[in-house]
Amino acid sequence: MALGVGCAAPPGKARDNKTGSWRVFRPVFDPETCNRCGMCALVCPEGCVHENEEGMFEPDLDYCKGCGLCEEVCPKKSIRMEKEEK
Amino acid sequence: MMEIMEGSHAVAEIVKRCRPQVVSAYPITPQTHIVEDLAQMVASCELDAEYITVESEFSALSACLGASAAGSRVYSATTSQGLILMAEVCFNAAGMRLPIVMTIANRSLGAPLSIWNDQQDTIALRDSGWLQFYAEDNQEIADLHMIAYKVCEDHDILLPAFVCFDGFILTHTYEPVDLPSQEEVDAYLPAFTPYHRLDAAKPLSMGMYATPDYYMEFRYEIDRAMYRARDAFIKAGREFGEQFGRDYSGLVEGYRLDDADVALIAMGSICGTVKDAVDEMRDAGKKVGLLKIRTYRPFPGPEIVEALKGVSTVAVLDKNISLGNGGAVGTEVKSALYGTGISVYDYIIALGGRDVRKRDIAAVVDLAEKGEGDMFYGLRTEVL
Repeated sequence: MALGVGCAAPPGKARDNKTGSWRVFRPVFDPETCNRCGMCALVCPEGCVHENEEGMFEPDLDYCKGCGLCEEVCPKKSIRMEKEEK
Repeated sequence: MMEIMEGSHAVAEIVKRCRPQVVSAYPITPQTHIVEDLAQMVASCELDAEYITVESEFSALSACLGASAAGSRVYSATTSQGLILMAEVCFNAAGMRLPIVMTIANRSLGAPLSIWNDQQDTIALRDSGWLQFYAEDNQEIADLHMIAYKVCEDHDILLPAFVCFDGFILTHTYEPVDLPSQEEVDAYLPAFTPYHRLDAAKPLSMGMYATPDYYMEFRYEIDRAMYRARDAFIKAGREFGEQFGRDYSGLVEGYRLDDADVALIAMGSICGTVKDAVDEMRDAGKKVGLLKIRTYRPFPGPEIVEALKGVSTVAVLDKNISLGNGGAVGTEVKSALYGTGISVYDYIIALGGRDVRKRDIAAVVDLAEKGEGDMFYGLRTEVL
């Protein structure tokens, strides 16, 4: 995203703002233990956890801020937060 | 036409001719006469502008910020405590790249409360991203407003400016001032063309937040614009000289600096006193000159180095103090002259309206020649 003079921008640009850069911990999903309940997608404040074609859940790391709510809510403990090095 | 008029009135008259579309200000001594005059001009339809009355300086500059973002040429004026109350808005106006022009009737800051002149108020906002121009007399303060609008509104610059003159010493003093006519001002200063503006039909947010990935780049852009303002000021000042015969193409201005051993450096009305003192010292055979700083921001570092070639000693007169580390101008002059071998001494002088006489300037030169400096000059030690 090129800088707008005076930090100005038209509305609707949050999609361009890849909030994934804020992340310290990344959620790692374990498909072996996942029961596909979808709680992770439901609680994600960024709305970035999606169900894929196989019916499994995965985060969009472009926008995942690493808040860890999905790990907190997962009844099967199949999500763990892993520290990312940048 | 040359007229004898009060400094504040000269400012109001020239601002009127610059055709601001929105004026918002809050009265405060010694700025009051400027905004009283402008309010009268709007009330009597001499000036076609929206005059927004507010309950504080914070609101005054906030109203100006909004009006500028909406695409208007705006104006405000303040001083001292009023400017400090505006501080938060000042940083935002610069960051949002809004070309607001504001007159500052320089005054000291409390506590203790003082309504008298020094330059602490604008120096305290040194890092806010506003251009800072200092006038020596009432002609210069009038002229600098036209130049300020031209420089600020340049799309390569887009920064706001403090146009500063010393409270009471100039604001309340009657001097001959040659004010250009409306037609002449119009010929010099075209109507404001906003870079972009708030428009409900085409929504835009300004000055939004920036994550750590972007914040530094925005600050870098403001810094670059400040450096570009050097050339923009020189160009606008030269054009002013071509049209009106008074040349402002220098960020600094030398007075009797040729062959000088000692150079005084100062900003604002004190330069007039220094020039008289320099004349007397020259008559007595002393090789002394003055370098007047007209633009404190952008800071004329290279111009100072160039102007002081051949000088061995520099005495900086600072009408401000960065408590704990000397005067702001002295500190920056030392930085600019680092490595040149020139001895630079800083003198804190004339705080809170203390008078400066020609003999004080001569005394400062004597101290600098003896290598005594980086001190308050003229302290009344008997009351300490």
